[in-house]
Amino acid sequence: MRGGAAIELRGATLRVGHHLVWEGLDLDIAPGECLAVLGPNGAGKTSLLKVLLGLLPLSGGTAAIDGHPPARGSPSVGYVPQQRAFDRDLPIRGRDLVGLGLDGHRHGLPRTKARRVGQVIDAVGASSYASAPIGLLSGGEQQRLRIAQALVGDPRLLLCDEPLLSLDPSSQGEVVSVIDAYRRTHGATVVFVTHEINPVVGVIDRVLYVAGGRWAAGSAAEVMTSASLSRLYGSHIDVIEVHDRIVVVGGKDGDIHHLDLEHPDGHRDRPRHRGSADREPGP
Amino acid sequence: MSIGFYLAQPFAQHALLAATLVAVTGGLVSPFVVTRGMSFAVHGTAELAFTGAAAGLLVANNAVAGALVGSLVVAALIATLGSRPRERDSAIGAILAFGLGVGVLLLSYYHGFATAATNILFGNIFGVSGSQLLVLVGIGAAVAVVMGIWYRPLLFASIDPEVAEARGVPVHRLGLLFLLVLALTVTGAAQVVGTLLVLSLAITPAAAAQRLSANPLLVAALSVGFAVVAADGGLVASFEASNVKPSVFITAFSFAIYLLARLAGPALREKRGRRGQDERHGRRARAHLGPAQHAGPVTTRIDAEEGG
Repeated sequence: MRGGAAIELRGATLRVGHHLVWEGLDLDIAPGECLAVLGPNGAGKTSLLKVLLGLLPLSGGTAAIDGHPPARGSPSVGYVPQQRAFDRDLPIRGRDLVGLGLDGHRHGLPRTKARRVGQVIDAVGASSYASAPIGLLSGGEQQRLRIAQALVGDPRLLLCDEPLLSLDPSSQGEVVSVIDAYRRTHGATVVFVTHEINPVVGVIDRVLYVAGGRWAAGSAAEVMTSASLSRLYGSHIDVIEVHDRIVVVGGKDGDIHHLDLEHPDGHRDRPRHRGSADREPGP
Repeated sequence: MSIGFYLAQPFAQHALLAATLVAVTGGLVSPFVVTRGMSFAVHGTAELAFTGAAAGLLVANNAVAGALVGSLVVAALIATLGSRPRERDSAIGAILAFGLGVGVLLLSYYHGFATAATNILFGNIFGVSGSQLLVLVGIGAAVAVVMGIWYRPLLFASIDPEVAEARGVPVHRLGLLFLLVLALTVTGAAQVVGTLLVLSLAITPAAAAQRLSANPLLVAALSVGFAVVAADGGLVASFEASNVKPSVFITAFSFAIYLLARLAGPALREKRGRRGQDERHGRRARAHLGPAQHAGPVTTRIDAEEGG
């Protein structure tokens, strides 16, 4: 696999100040492979994407994409950022957002590239609302347009940061299938950062789990085990399967605090107790 | 006296030209001011033109040059002290208060005719000279060139900074460039037509336009159109009612356009461009019923319980 890998990490280490985020990461991701990156917030999942985007230098080791060091603005890399709702009043439509993904980095006034933009909007199933102000769309609709924006340049590598966050289950399934369809038709490599393995478990080839500065990689069956996660978290974790879903339970209720770190948007999550009717409203 | 009589007068022609130039320039920068949330930066730089002008008078007896150089200092201060969006407005407030104090101090040492400095705050559109018109033409041309070259990456960086950064857009440097252009524009225009008109023509037009459309190019065109209608319309109206200052009409017209746009907005903007409303409402409803999706392991447990 060496040399032919889409992504190659060798002893990759990241420190922020004195804090060690992760260390000695060795991983080859094959072209066309789909990797899920899991772990609690603050474990450095987003930072790994930033390294691959060329936005963040490694503190040690090397990273390579198609044999070259990650370069900011590479046309062969598509990026779906962590979901943040667009402001209601933002003067932009979905098709403009997708168009910016194609040539927003170039100088000049916007030119019509309606055909390519229209194709990719059709492909993600967003054509019925692509001309509406983007801030008025639902979270799932905005997310489809974000994916269209990432796909419009035909990337060979797609980096997705929590693309399912705050989506209802049916939208999650739709977003996953759009991404997987692109991977299959274009032979693209996909790195999928997520809190939740269950919505993606059917489409991923491997899992990279990062927690507490440690990491584990392998198939979902290899990584998502009590032994493997207990080692990463440094405390006892139960991994069980219920109705084909992988369920991770952090021992006593007191441990939940440690597992259930933070929302990516920075709000500390309240501890959730078994059976409580603790629900978050939709987007 | 008739409008025709005024239009034949050089001072009125100069005023119309100046108003149009400021309106076009303001209308061009306005969409980015609104999208980037920089209305207060416009306000701050416009008023601090007074301090720059006072310094210019004291040092070189030239208010215009002082104001233009001062605007660069103000832009640099805002960029340094208010680099994060959340702290920008408070930084501008702090700089503005101190800067106006410095202006008052500088003016107290100046023993010449201080109208040139105080004019900055209020301007006099009927006193625009040929050389001032040249300053406005120069600023307008500079803004047009900057927009022509950097419109697309600036739009990308303003609307979607994370992806723009990943795509190789120099988001930070473009922000500085825009701040600089904004400071020059606002200051140059303020010393000719007054702070009040700059605020009215660099903020309000796009605030109105983006109520009506979400097409960025249409918003830019509407913004320039609204600014020109308000500026020239207000000026011509003041020929008719010559006991009322033109800035009163211009700001009133600008505000009227804004109010009308806010009234018409919901019908025009929010119902446009979408087919199949029902599907969306269905999805909204499901989203409210659905379980929380955020937090890793423990939420998974809740999911599982629902499944079982």
